[in-house]
Formats: sequence, C-alpha cells, structure tokens
Amino acid sequence: MVNDSELCEIILQYVKDEYLDEDDDTQIGPDSPLISSGIVDSFSMVSLKTFLERKYKISIPDAKATPEAFDSVNKIVALMKEFF
Amino acid sequence: MAYADKIREAYRKELADIRTAGLFKEERFIHSPQAAEITVEFPSGAPQQAVINLCANNYLGLSSHPEVIRAAHEGLDSRGYGMSSVRFICGTQEIHKELERKLANFLRLDDAILYAACFDANGGVFEPFILTDQDVIIADRLVHASLVDGIRLSKALQESYKHNDMKHLERKLEEFQDKRIRLIVTDGVFSMDGDVAPLDVICALAEKYDAMVLLDDSHATGFMGRTGRGTHEMRGVLGKIDLITTTLGKGLGGASGGCVSGRAELVELCRQRARPYLFSNAIPPVVVAAANKVLELVSSTTERRDKLERNTLYWRKALTEAGLDIKAGESPIVPVMLYNAKLSQDVARDLYKEGIYVVGFFFPVVPKGAARIRTQLSASHETAHLDKAAAAFKKVGEKYGILGLKKDQIIAKFGA
Ligand SMILES: Cc1ncc(COP(=O)(O)O)c(C=O)c1O
Repeated sequence: MVNDSELCEIILQYVKDEYLDEDDDTQIGPDSPLISSGIVDSFSMVSLKTFLERKYKISIPDAKATPEAFDSVNKIVALMKEFF
Repeated sequence: MAYADKIREAYRKELADIRTAGLFKEERFIHSPQAAEITVEFPSGAPQQAVINLCANNYLGLSSHPEVIRAAHEGLDSRGYGMSSVRFICGTQEIHKELERKLANFLRLDDAILYAACFDANGGVFEPFILTDQDVIIADRLVHASLVDGIRLSKALQESYKHNDMKHLERKLEEFQDKRIRLIVTDGVFSMDGDVAPLDVICALAEKYDAMVLLDDSHATGFMGRTGRGTHEMRGVLGKIDLITTTLGKGLGGASGGCVSGRAELVELCRQRARPYLFSNAIPPVVVAAANKVLELVSSTTERRDKLERNTLYWRKALTEAGLDIKAGESPIVPVMLYNAKLSQDVARDLYKEGIYVVGFFFPVVPKGAARIRTQLSASHETAHLDKAAAAFKKVGEKYGILGLKKDQIIAKFGA
C-alpha cells in the first residue's frame, strides 16, 4: 500500500513534468484544479491515467476516469485508493 | 410521457449554462456559393452583407470552381443521385474505385479507402489493426477531436506527447519499447495554430524506435509541399508515412468525404473491419465525380497551390507590417493573436462591420489566455481582397490600441 502523501508527491511531480513547460512558473498544489483550469486538457489526461496504471499495476475503468475525478491531485489520490 | 418535464428542465438548464459561459455557438447564414466574397446574414434576421471570407477551408478555391461544378453535373446525370447502400453491398461504382486509386496515387501510397467524412475515417482507423493493450498509440496533444475519439475506441494503451515536442515523443517511445506496436499519431498542419508537424524528425524517431506513423493531413492535402501532396512531401518523407487520413471537405473541393490511405494491408483491414465504412452509406456519385475532377486538377498543375502560397506570404507580411501579432508559420492558416477572449470577439465583430468575415476562437477551443482570430487564405483571394482585409485589420487594431504590441503588452492591457 502506497501512502497518500507519497502518492500525492509523485502525481504532483508528474503533472509538473508532463504538463507545464520549462519556463512556466504556474504554482500547483494538491488542490489546484487541473482540467477545469486548462493545465491538463481532457485528451492529454490519458498520459496521466496510463502512467498511474503502469506504475501501480492497476486498471482505472474509463467510466471512473472522468475529467471531474481527475481535476486535482487530491481527487486523483482518492480515486486511486478505490483500486489498490 | 417519456420526455418528462424534469428532464426537459435539466436540458434547458444545460443550454442556459452554455450561454452563460459565453460558449453558445450560432450559425451564420450564407446566401451565396462558397467563395472569396460571400453574402452573409448575421445575426439571423439582420440585413445581408457582402463580405470577404477569411475563414473557409477553401484553400485551393475549388469549392465553386466551374470545372468541378461541371463534373458534378455530369456525375449526377450519368450515375444518379444516391447509392442507397453501403460500399460492400451494392454501393461501389467504378468511379468510387477510380477516386480511391487517384487519392492513393496523389498521396504516393499503396491504396486508399473512402469514408463519408474524415471524421469517420479517423474514428474508425485504429480499431482494425491496433488490437490489444499490447499496442500503444502515442499522439500529439493537439490532434483533431476525431482522432481523439478514434483513439478512445481502440483497445490500445493511450499516450500523448507535448505538441510538436520531439524530445518528449522520444521519451515516450523509449518508455514503451516493451509493446508490440507503437503508433505515432499527428496532424500535418494543426488547425488552430497553423504550424506544421516536424515529420522528418517524427519519421526518424519512428525508424529508431520501431514505430508506425499515422498522419491526418486534412489541412494540407492539395497544397502543402512543392506539388501539393501534403506535409509529408513538404518535410521530405514521401513514402515513409504508414497511414494518411485526409478530407475532401477542405482544399479538395470542400464538399464532403474523407479517406484513409496507406500500406496495402492496413487499408484492406479497414475495408474488412472499420465500422464507419461497413455500416454507413457510400458517398454519392455527384461528389465522387467532382472529387475525381479535383484530383485531376491538382495532379496536372501546381498553379493553384502556388497562388495560395503567394497569398499566404503576402498576407503574413501585410499583417506583420500593420503591427499585428501573428503566429509564425508556413501554412495558409494564420492566427492573429489577441489572447483575451472578449477582445477576440470584439475585434471579429468590428471586422465584420468593415466587410471582413472572420471568427474569434477562445477557451476551450484554444488554451486559456490564447484567444485569437484564425484567418485562412485561399487561392481564390486576389491581392485586392487581401489589401482591403489588411487595411481593416489595421483600422480595428488601431481602435483597440494593439498595433505593435507583443503578447505581454496585450495581456497587460486586456488581461489573459
Ligand atoms: C485535422 C482535421 N481532421 C479531420 C477533420 C474532419 O474532416 P471532415 O470534415 O471530413 O469530417 C477536420 C475538420 O473538419 C480536421 O480539421
């Protein structure tokens, strides 16, 4: 079982690497909106889902992987806990 | 009653929310054939106005070309109006096969298969041969919505890379070396930015990391590259792309229809398995006959694509000299950057009053803080059209005090 804060850190780091440009100084935290703010669009979200599924060997069904459920790092952590 | 009041109210509220968010789309009525100059009624009920059209995908000016119209009439007279069948039952005339052959020849690929639209071509192109989660599709993050839908329908693992970022693509290719098939997916010319995919680099990476390449060249077929074959010709990779999807609905006459062209086996698999091909009616003979003429025209002379290229250079230079902030690029899609959503709407409205028809785009169609007016050139534009349009842009730009301003300055003035 991965602990929440570790998971949170890993996702946050992934989002920064994957979705922000190097010169982008947008600050994001565990509750920052990701999709509704336009940082992650609904298609590029697939990278995040694929990353989590591969890293943690889980499978998140498409019906659960909604833009709402992926809208902040904390929401994603909550969602993932259903599948561990 | 199945359509209960509660449901009706819920849908009405959704529509109201779309309006409140400023995202409600309204059609504008055109009272003339598609051309460089059109007659528009906007808003609905307003007096008709003659305007210069800078927002059609009529790149080659073939939408209302006399030879194309004549070919359409002949097709209608000799082959009838409708096929009343999907292709594989009794919906294939020899002119459908002729068009598929011509498209494949023009694109320099093995074979091609027609669809009712490129939206359908893209929606059904992955399922036939990307079969399991042992395969991975790695797509540019700005590919067209129809490719996104198609990718979602496939059973493959889905991945994306930052727009035109080759380092990022390479990282993803490395990461998925354990997969059976890697398929890179990109647009040739990206419709909102007008920039061109670095296909030469993409093909080199595909070779290095054993991947296939699928290209949507809808905004390029017929005019990008020296003889107009598309971005693969422009980037020097003719023959290296495995699959190209494209549309008959833009440069190639603008009516409707799309195709998947590519390696013989892949096209044949689409014929056997692609659902939008198997379960949707054949394209009508009138469109097929006209499209055959269009392919004859674009194969026999580069005159129209050359004129489009000249117009593009002329227009980019004129806007830059007028002091507008345009996205640099090589395609006939030239976005005028305004960054602020409201400003993009205000400028478009004022341009309409000046007789210039353009549309402002903002989030979620483009990223937040990247609102713009997308202008599109056509071979049917004459220098006088472009001069008039550039003068109008200058006048309206002056009114809002944005001439000569760069991104940061426009944002400082109007907000992002
Ligand atoms: C890049 C791209 N692909 C596909 C399509 C869909 O083509 P069609 O209009 O033939 O469905 C469009 C736009 O219409 C497009 O811009």
